[in-house]
Amino acid sequence: MGFLTYFVLPLAVLIGLAWIGRAGFRSIPGPFGAVFRAMPLTAAFGLAVVSFYILAAVAAPAIAPYGESQIFDEFNLFPGENPDFLLGTDQLGRDLLTRLLYGGRNTIGIAFMTTALAFLIGATFGFIAAVLGGWLDQVVSRTVDVLMAIPQLIFALLLLTIFGQSTINMILVIAVLDSTRVFRLARAVGGNIVVMDYIEAAKLRGEGLGYMIFREILPNAAAPLLAEFGLRFCFVFLLIAALSFLGIGIQPPLADWGTMVRELSIYIGYAEYGDWQAASLPLLPAAAIALLTVAINFTVDWMLDRYSGLKD
Amino acid sequence: MQSGGPLVKIRDLRIEGLAGEAWLPIVKGVDLDLARGEVLGLIGESGAGKSTVGLAAMGFTRDGCRIAGGSIEFDGIDLVAASEEEKRSLLGRRIAYVAQSAAASFNPAHRLIDQHTEGPVLHGVSTQQASQEDAMALYARLRLPEPESIGFRYPHQVSGGQLQRAMTAMAMSCRPDLIVFDEPTTALDVTTQIEVLAAIRDIVEQFGTAAIYITHDLAVVAQMADRIKVLLRGSEVEENDTRAMLADPQKDYTKSLWAVRSFQRPEQPPRSAQPVISIAGVTAGYSAATDVLHDVSFDIYPGQTVAVVGESGSGKSTVARCITGLLPPRQGEIRFNGAPLPASYQNRSKDQLRQVQMIYQMADTALNPKLRIRDIIGRPVQFYRGLRGNELRQRVVELLEQIELEPALYIDRLPSELSGGQKQRIGIARALAADAQFIICDEVTSALDQLVAEGILKLLDRLQNELDLAYMFITHDLATVRAIADEVVVMKDGNVVEAGPKTDMFTPPHHDYTDLLLSSVPEMDPDWLDRLLEERGVDNIGEAARISPT
Amino acid sequence: MSTLGRMIGQRLALGAFTLVIVSMVIFAAIEALPGDFAEAILGQGATPEAVAAIRESLGMDRSPVERYFAWLGGVFSGDFGVSFSQLSFQSQYGQTSERDVVTVADQLAPRFANTIFLAAVAAAVAVPLSLALGILAALYRGSIFDRAANVGTLTSISSPEFFIAYILILFLAAANPIFPSISKIHADLDFWERLYRTVLPALTLTLVVTAHMMRMTRVAIINLMASQYIEMARLKGVPRWRVIVRHALPNALAPIINVVALNLAYLITGVVVVEVVFVYPGIGQMFVDAVKLRDMPTVQACCLVFAGAYILLNLLADVLSVLTNPRLRHPK
Repeated sequence: MGFLTYFVLPLAVLIGLAWIGRAGFRSIPGPFGAVFRAMPLTAAFGLAVVSFYILAAVAAPAIAPYGESQIFDEFNLFPGENPDFLLGTDQLGRDLLTRLLYGGRNTIGIAFMTTALAFLIGATFGFIAAVLGGWLDQVVSRTVDVLMAIPQLIFALLLLTIFGQSTINMILVIAVLDSTRVFRLARAVGGNIVVMDYIEAAKLRGEGLGYMIFREILPNAAAPLLAEFGLRFCFVFLLIAALSFLGIGIQPPLADWGTMVRELSIYIGYAEYGDWQAASLPLLPAAAIALLTVAINFTVDWMLDRYSGLKD
Repeated sequence: MQSGGPLVKIRDLRIEGLAGEAWLPIVKGVDLDLARGEVLGLIGESGAGKSTVGLAAMGFTRDGCRIAGGSIEFDGIDLVAASEEEKRSLLGRRIAYVAQSAAASFNPAHRLIDQHTEGPVLHGVSTQQASQEDAMALYARLRLPEPESIGFRYPHQVSGGQLQRAMTAMAMSCRPDLIVFDEPTTALDVTTQIEVLAAIRDIVEQFGTAAIYITHDLAVVAQMADRIKVLLRGSEVEENDTRAMLADPQKDYTKSLWAVRSFQRPEQPPRSAQPVISIAGVTAGYSAATDVLHDVSFDIYPGQTVAVVGESGSGKSTVARCITGLLPPRQGEIRFNGAPLPASYQNRSKDQLRQVQMIYQMADTALNPKLRIRDIIGRPVQFYRGLRGNELRQRVVELLEQIELEPALYIDRLPSELSGGQKQRIGIARALAADAQFIICDEVTSALDQLVAEGILKLLDRLQNELDLAYMFITHDLATVRAIADEVVVMKDGNVVEAGPKTDMFTPPHHDYTDLLLSSVPEMDPDWLDRLLEERGVDNIGEAARISPT
Repeated sequence: MSTLGRMIGQRLALGAFTLVIVSMVIFAAIEALPGDFAEAILGQGATPEAVAAIRESLGMDRSPVERYFAWLGGVFSGDFGVSFSQLSFQSQYGQTSERDVVTVADQLAPRFANTIFLAAVAAAVAVPLSLALGILAALYRGSIFDRAANVGTLTSISSPEFFIAYILILFLAAANPIFPSISKIHADLDFWERLYRTVLPALTLTLVVTAHMMRMTRVAIINLMASQYIEMARLKGVPRWRVIVRHALPNALAPIINVVALNLAYLITGVVVVEVVFVYPGIGQMFVDAVKLRDMPTVQACCLVFAGAYILLNLLADVLSVLTNPRLRHPK
């Protein structure tokens, strides 16, 4: 049963790891251990999965059996057909396990860079708008309103049509589009902080913009921004995967999970003949995407819970 | 169905609240007895558990709280063991509740009268028609304007004091045996508070309703309650008849609460003929169309405290915003030691900014929660005087000593690791750190419990003497004015109504409004409200329609 | 009433303004296209005559402002121009008769109807289901049901649409051939046959949107249940169901309307991936194909349709929430 070996088994192992890991951290005395003592299993699972993905992404070149684009003579091998190629090979004769590992590394890495870029743009403008207010705030806010009036996926497709389909273009387009959401959040969070009396005190002291943003606002905005980073990453990650799935995102020869899903989707018909291992192949990268975003969401959910719990 | 015993009998009540993962005690073994028709005052500072006890008397605990032990009996019914359904049939019908914020407690989507009749109709006490007529009679009794039609308005169309009375009428709708009043006048201005207090007392007396009156204000409870129970951190301190309690408190804690009112500083002459701050003909507003301040002028002399008094909307905080330069005045100017200050803070020099310091009402929002005490106090020192390293630390230690906090213990703490009073002290230290001559104190004690507030006032007084400071004290609390002011400025609707030395201000004759304001502040004398109503010529028994107690 | 009228007027004006701005942005896209259009269409083997012919038919000799208004005028009369692929085809094989020219609007109309059908089927299931589940989860907050729903919906939201789609295909089409994995829809089908072929894509969309909507409904209700007037109602001895129906729901309308609108808007854009998976002949498919071919008139038309639907839905939600606000309905 391909389904069992591909999905249920790894999932059970990860949940087990999370449980054991949490138990281990719980035994640490003091505040560090206390964080884990109060942690639900979902969050522990989330953290375990995220750590696992980070490790796998960083170590992909070391653990992958072959090179990213290495081509072999045996193409379209089914899983289990040849012990050298555990998951088989694709239509060009590239090892699927290797592609899967590199695909994760590329997709995660690109999504991370894109999110970081979006935060850099969005948070900078958001905080400046919150502190300075006035016409600058109005201009940026209204621009963002218009940008957000067009659905993101649609806008991304439009811009990619104009600038041409390349990985770099995709990163820039998504970062700019997503920065609008970050801007909204940063401005709202910043706006809540700016009305505080300690900001008024700093203003009346004569402090400059830099001190206000870095010393007074940023430390207080860190928790919601970090949680938002997790959520934005998920969104960007899914958007990139969707674009790649449509063939407009990450471009070959880079391996990526979205493209793999599309390319492997032809195997799904084998379920009719009872070959579940082959039929489950397209689900493998898709499940890998889902698992990471689920894990991040679990972790963020718990962080937000803790954060709001701290407030009252 | 009436039994002979007390209406409410609580024994060894223990309630716990969920804090993170652990259940912490909120109420630690409180007993309470209430006879029919009796009014019990529950007083205590924040965290005393008075609201929790009041709600528990209704058999109700808020989300995140649970009854950990003890018994609650209402007219012989065990409320701890009672099912939800049994409790529900009592709530609203025999036990009613009046909350602190009427504006938040009325449903914005329904008219007042529909919310009023909901209880009686649901409990089968009355019909829609009869209940509506009764509502109008109650509104009249509570002296609401236009009692025939006010009920057909939505909550946002009615003022705060009126809503509070409408809520009292709603509580009365089923003629309950018990009403729990949870700080019903705390959110109101003093002049509005009087009307609501009089209305509540009148109607409770007329129907012989028993009541638990929860408040932190001793003078208010003295008017309302037959008996007073004092709570401290979830435990009872003492309980006695109101008059006995006021005349002769037994426990040290109660005595100290009573003593707060006696702190009064003698009036001091100005230390110099040159005012440190002059407000000269200031007119200002937040939008171009409306002025919040109209031609406001007064002076503040070195070593003196000027109290700016007024109710919400009087413009007293706007004066502070003009002085600090956050709101540039439309007309007039602010002078510092005789020289005009630029209107906007953005155009003031570092030294001009240094000279005007501010202490805020809410210490929680006045201190950056992510900065340590050393940085909060150290930053102005570093910013204005350029001190660094050891010198800076030395100065911070000195400042902490001045505000009576042990430097070694507090210098590395975060604001969240301090109590409310300690935070306010840090706020004071931050103002001192700038070496200013003039400090604006914006309602600095109104968020604090009385004992703590007392400590802050004494500290400010001492610092004024030592450092020759001038204060502008913005407050709505006349007890604070009495305690600390040298000069008083009374404001109403953006105008200065009256100004002068404190002693003149507190001896008649006054301007009409000052008189209203002064006479509206509750006093610790249980007969004060009766006397006042008599003086004002209001017939307490009521000229309004008499309503039959059903 | 005048405040209410003014607020709604403001919202409508703002919506119209946004639409105009968005149309400008979409139109400007063509202007920003690097290189020459006509050459882009025809590729490298273009003859000068063909390039000139296409330029003329695109009106490239006029100023951008002129062309914007011409284009906008066309859009209002349902004319989105002729797609590049058609132009290219004509330039190679010569103009056939005027009647044979397939305009973008001709291609768009049936596909748009298909997409609306798909979104409507998904919404018809998802909206009532998620509202009911969301309210239940809020009512029984902290219960096993609530926690299970939390994990379930979080998982569903986090999964890419194609993951859910392929799981459905794997189990409901490939392994057990209950539904077709490819949605062949054409105009001749009767309603039930059409519905049958739409089940899998609609189910995919429903799963994603239901999770979203349910979570948002739950949060909206929970926020509301924490308000003091709800506590007051409970302290008046009002039964639980009545607290919800009479005290919570009238105030929950605005947030719920927003939740629904947001998700309907999502449905319309979310169809892109789902249509590609199921080869569903909707506007999303057409859009993706046009993007790959860089067929500007088609891309513009699809963008405008998507953005327009999105803006109108949000506008509708905005106006409805204003209408349900008692403070605005009954001014002082």
